[in-house]
Amino acid sequence: MLDLQGYGPRLLEGAGVTLSLAVLSLVLSVVLGLVTASAKMSRSVIAHRLATLYTTLIRGVPDLVLMLLLFFGGQIGVNALTDWLDDATGVDIFININEFIAGVVTIGLIFGAYMGETFRGAFMAVDHGQIEAGKAYGMNDRLVFWRIRFPQMMRHALPGLSNNWMVLLKTTALVSVIGLADMVRIASEASKATREPFTFMLVVAVVYLLIASVSELAFARLQKRYSIGYGEMD
Amino acid sequence: MATTPIPLEVRNITKRFGDTDVLKGLSLEARKGDVITLIGASGSGKSTFLRCMNLLEKPDAGELIVHGESVRFKNTAKGREPADWKQVVRMRAKLSMVFQGFNLWAHMTVLENIIEAPIHVLGKPRKEAIEHAEALLERVGLSHRANAYPAQISGGQQQRGAIARGLAMDPEVMLFDEPTSALDPELVGDVLKVMHGLAEEGRTMVVVTHEMGFARDVSSQVIYLHEGLVEEAGKPADVLKNPQSPRLKQFLSPKY
Repeated sequence: MLDLQGYGPRLLEGAGVTLSLAVLSLVLSVVLGLVTASAKMSRSVIAHRLATLYTTLIRGVPDLVLMLLLFFGGQIGVNALTDWLDDATGVDIFININEFIAGVVTIGLIFGAYMGETFRGAFMAVDHGQIEAGKAYGMNDRLVFWRIRFPQMMRHALPGLSNNWMVLLKTTALVSVIGLADMVRIASEASKATREPFTFMLVVAVVYLLIASVSELAFARLQKRYSIGYGEMD
Repeated sequence: MATTPIPLEVRNITKRFGDTDVLKGLSLEARKGDVITLIGASGSGKSTFLRCMNLLEKPDAGELIVHGESVRFKNTAKGREPADWKQVVRMRAKLSMVFQGFNLWAHMTVLENIIEAPIHVLGKPRKEAIEHAEALLERVGLSHRANAYPAQISGGQQQRGAIARGLAMDPEVMLFDEPTSALDPELVGDVLKVMHGLAEEGRTMVVVTHEMGFARDVSSQVIYLHEGLVEEAGKPADVLKNPQSPRLKQFLSPKY
């Protein structure tokens, strides 16, 4: 049996950080992705340009560079803002950017761009006649979206969504560089202290693999649910 | 006796796609129980005219009056748009459309398709909607396929399901956009039979079709369109049996 030399509970905590970071980032990226896809498909030129700027910027810069930029750059920005507030009003406050929130925001922003492309393709794959039928039966835009467009889009989006999620999950390992005590950071500390890197990294690898396998199962079920009614003969 | 409003009136509709005038001022009045068939060659504008009636296409000019309520328009930079989308939604709920390609929602069973708009648009209680849907399925001969998905049934069955979906709204008018054109010949009869039954019970219908037999036997009025204009209109006995315009004569003559 692996001897974790007392690091077990801390590793478990780190795994919890990794998982909650990943799930919250996923939620943010899905929301951003839907907004981006809508903007790219909208008739508004400004919305379209903003969305294109966002996806081009995010997809063209390495994740790690973005994370450092947002975390340190964000702190400098916040400091400048509080300094200005101090000068202007005499109110002196200090805001420290929370690593966890910074992590969620950065990963959410990065993957929102990828999700945007995934959703855009999926929305375009929905047959226009399905939407027209909704309109013809008196549905407003909101009803058409939630009753027809969204459920039909999901069938096309899920393969890409599941792929993005797997990459996102592994990208959470990057947050250890901004000092967040996720599973990778704790394992790396433990490795240095005990000089047994193999043991700890093996544990980390297994935990990632476990999360990934469980999510594959979950996505397979979702795919089945959203494929109902397509091409299966009884 | 109080006069009930006319289900659907359309006045002087025009529509232009790019440089082409597709509709050049078309009017129509569907009184209660009327079955109006629109015929004409492809490109004559008949489908576009029908789609203007529930604003799937927005007419550039003209008036649209559904059950006595005139649809309000406003001029915008993008052209003439409906002024009040809530009014459009309300008015569309009174006009059921049956499409050439059926367009049953693919992720719902036949029954779910039929109860969808009554529940979510009209706010009907679910139980009541299901009871109504089951009666409608019975009448279009589709009870045994209520829980099938559209992809699992034939085109003719899908179209009969789509007609049931339309009837479930208790519409003022049923709009049919070439309802049998996408069907295999042997499936056309079942759909036409259902439509025939609707006409007999006094449903108000506007039908775009190539089925001259249906136009002749069922309709109260036939309108022949040519290049966005009414070329000839009237009772089927006059228009189809004794056409005046040379174009209509040619249109009606056997092709081979």
